[in-house]
Amino acid sequence: MKTDIILSGVGGQGILSIAAVIGEAALKEGLYMKQAEVHGMSQRGGDVQSGLRLSDRPVASDLIPKGQADLIISLEPMESLRYLPYLKQEGWVVTGSQPYLNIPDYPDMEEIKAELGRLPHSVALDAEQIATEAGSVRAANIVILGAATPFIGIEYAKIEEGIRSIFRRKGEDVVQLNLRALRAGLDAAGRITVNH
Amino acid sequence: MGKHLFLGDEAIAQAAIDAGLSGVYAYPGTPSTEITEYIQDSDMAKSRGIRSKWCVNEKTALEAALGMSYAGKRALCCMKHVGLNVAADCFMNAAMSGVNGGLIIVTADDPSMHSSQNEQDNRVLGNFAMIPMLEPSNQQEAYDMVYGGFEMSERLGYPVLLRITTRMAHSRAGVETRPVKPQRPVSFPADGKQRFILLPVNARRRFRALLKAQETFALESETSPYNTYFDAPNREVGIITCGIGFNYIAENYPDGPEHPTLKICQYPLPRKQIEQLAATCREILVLEEGYPVVEELLRGIAGGDRSLTVHGRLDGTLPRDGELTPDIVGKTLGKDVGACYDVPGVVAQRPPCLCAGCGHRDLYSALNEVAGEYEGARVFSDIGCYTLGALPPFQAIDSCIDMGASITMAKGAADAGVFPAVSVIGDSTFTHSGMTGLLDCVNEQTPVTIIISDNETTAMTGGQDSAGTGRLEAICLGIGVEPEHLHVMTPLKKNYEEMKRIIRREIEYRGVSVLIPRRECIQSLKRKHTAKK
Repeated sequence: MKTDIILSGVGGQGILSIAAVIGEAALKEGLYMKQAEVHGMSQRGGDVQSGLRLSDRPVASDLIPKGQADLIISLEPMESLRYLPYLKQEGWVVTGSQPYLNIPDYPDMEEIKAELGRLPHSVALDAEQIATEAGSVRAANIVILGAATPFIGIEYAKIEEGIRSIFRRKGEDVVQLNLRALRAGLDAAGRITVNH
Repeated sequence: MGKHLFLGDEAIAQAAIDAGLSGVYAYPGTPSTEITEYIQDSDMAKSRGIRSKWCVNEKTALEAALGMSYAGKRALCCMKHVGLNVAADCFMNAAMSGVNGGLIIVTADDPSMHSSQNEQDNRVLGNFAMIPMLEPSNQQEAYDMVYGGFEMSERLGYPVLLRITTRMAHSRAGVETRPVKPQRPVSFPADGKQRFILLPVNARRRFRALLKAQETFALESETSPYNTYFDAPNREVGIITCGIGFNYIAENYPDGPEHPTLKICQYPLPRKQIEQLAATCREILVLEEGYPVVEELLRGIAGGDRSLTVHGRLDGTLPRDGELTPDIVGKTLGKDVGACYDVPGVVAQRPPCLCAGCGHRDLYSALNEVAGEYEGARVFSDIGCYTLGALPPFQAIDSCIDMGASITMAKGAADAGVFPAVSVIGDSTFTHSGMTGLLDCVNEQTPVTIIISDNETTAMTGGQDSAGTGRLEAICLGIGVEPEHLHVMTPLKKNYEEMKRIIRREIEYRGVSVLIPRRECIQSLKRKHTAKK
C-alpha cells in the first residue's frame, strides 16, 4: 500500500486538520507516513500545501516527487490546479468548488471548471453548502475529506476513528458535526461521480 | 515511551524533555518556532518545571542557555538560521569557554527561503566556531540526536550545534521515544575561572584546547552511528549525502543505494570514510541541503586529488541555490522523473497578504497618503507581518533587511540627508533589536519618524508573546524619547484623519518621534475567541 496525497488550499482554510485526521488514521493502521507542512509567512492568505505520504514500507522523502501523487485534496478550485505537476496520470482531484477571492485577478470560474474537466478523474463540490447543511460551514474541510475517502487507501471506518480522536478534546458535538460532514461529503461525491 | 507522530521540531522538543532538559531559550523564527512551543504546551515539561518562556532575542537566549549550562544543567537554545547571526558573539565564545551542563543549539535553516531573507547554511558557522555538529536525516534521528546530544556535549565539554532544515522541521513522521532521564542538579565547572573568563591569557589557552579538541571531534564523527557507509556495486560514481539529502537517494533507490554512498549526519566530516569513498570511486556526487560546504572541501583549490571528479552545486550538476527535492536528485541520477501535467495557464499567483482587518493595513493606508505628500519620503521597514506592506496594494516600504534595521537604516538615511526618513517596525522586532538603534537616534536627535506598529504579539510566527507588550511607551521614554513626540493611536479607518495629522506633524519635527499605532492582531483575537468557545 502506498498513497501520496497533496493537500492544498489558502492559508487558514484548514488543510492541516485534514492532514491530522488522515495521519491519525494511518498511525492506527500501523502505516508509515511523512507529512510535510508549510508554516510561517505563506500562511497569511497565500497558497498553502501539504504533502502526505502513506505506505506500508518506510517513507524516505518528506516531499512528494512530481508525477507521483495519487490524489490532490483541495479546499479551493484554483488551488487544486496549482499542484497538477505532482499528480499521476491517473490520479484523482477532489476539490471544493467555491473560489476563495482574495486576489484582484482571480480567473474566470468557467475556465477553472474546464481545466478540471480535462482531467480523467476529478470531483468538485460545494463543500461550504454541504457543510452548512450538515450543521456548520466550519466543517467544509471535512466534507472534502469525506469526498476523498474512497481514494486514500484507508478504510472509511478508520478515517471516522481519526475524526473522533482529533476532535475529541473539542467535545462530542464537534465530533458528531465532523462525522456528519464526512459522510455528507462522501455521499455528495458519490452522486457527482456517478453523473460524471 | 511509545510511538508518536511528531514534526521534526516536536521530536527535538520531546527528546530534550526526555533527556533531562532544565530550560529552553529561544526567540520565535520559522522554521524553529514549534520546538519551544511544544515544550511550553507540554504537561510533562510543566510538571518538571522546565523553563520555557520566549526570550527577547537569540543573543539573550543563547547567553541564558549558556548560563544554565554553566550551572550544570541541560539547556536547549533554538533559533532560525539568521537568528544565529544575532547570537553569533556568544556562539563563537561559548566554543571557547566550553560548557558544563549539556548545551544543544538548534539552528533551523531555510533553504529556498520559504519564510526568510536569505538561505545561509549554518554548517559554515558551526565550522567557524569549530564545534561538533549534528544534522538529522529523519525525525527519529532528530529525536535520538537530541536525546544523546546533551551527554555528548557534556562528555566533550563543548556545545553541540544541531542543524535542521525546513523539511525536517516541518514534516511529521512516527517517532519512537525513550525513557525519561532525571534533570541534573546545580554544579559548577571545576575549572570555571579558567574557562569562563575569556581574558586573553585564558582565551589563548582555551583556543589551543579547542584546536586540540578537533582531533576528538573528528574521531567522534568517524565512529558515529549517524555517519554510515553503504557499499554498492556501481562504483563509477560514489555519493555523499548530508542530512536529509540521504532521503532523496532512498526515494530513488527504494531497495538500497546502487552506488557506494556515505551518509553524513555528524561533523566535523568523517575523513576516514570520505577517503574510503574517494579510493573506491573516481567520481563523487555531493548532495547537501544548503551551501556546497562538503563539495568545496573535496574540490580544494591546489594540491587536491586531480584524478577525483566532484559533482554537486558548483559544477552545475545541481542548482547552486534552493533546497534539494526528490525530483532534482532523481534527474541527476538519470531517473525518468517528471510531471504528467503542467500548471494550467489560468492559475493566478496568490501571494501572502496582510489579513483583512489587520491594523497594519490601516497604518499603511494613512502613512501612504502622508508619505505621498513628500517627494523624497523613504520608509524603512523590518521583519514581520508588516513586511507584506511591500506588496500591492500598499507598496508602502522601501527596505527589509534584518531585525531592527528599520530604525538604524532610517537614521543613516536621515544622516545622509533623506527627508522624511520613516521607520516601520513591529513591537516584537522593536524589543528584539530596535531599542538600541532608538538610543542612537535619541543621542544624536536624528530627524526620524519611528512607527512601532504594535499588534501586541509576535504575529508572523503564529502569535507568541511579545516581550514589550504594555510597556512600549515606558521603554521609549526611558530611552529618552521626548513625551510630546511620543504618540499612541488606534489604527482604524475612522481615525485616518487624526493619524495623518499626527504623522504629518511628527515628520515635520526635526528630531526623534515615536508613533505607536496599537491594535491587537486579528489572528490572536480570533484564537482567543475560538478558545473561549
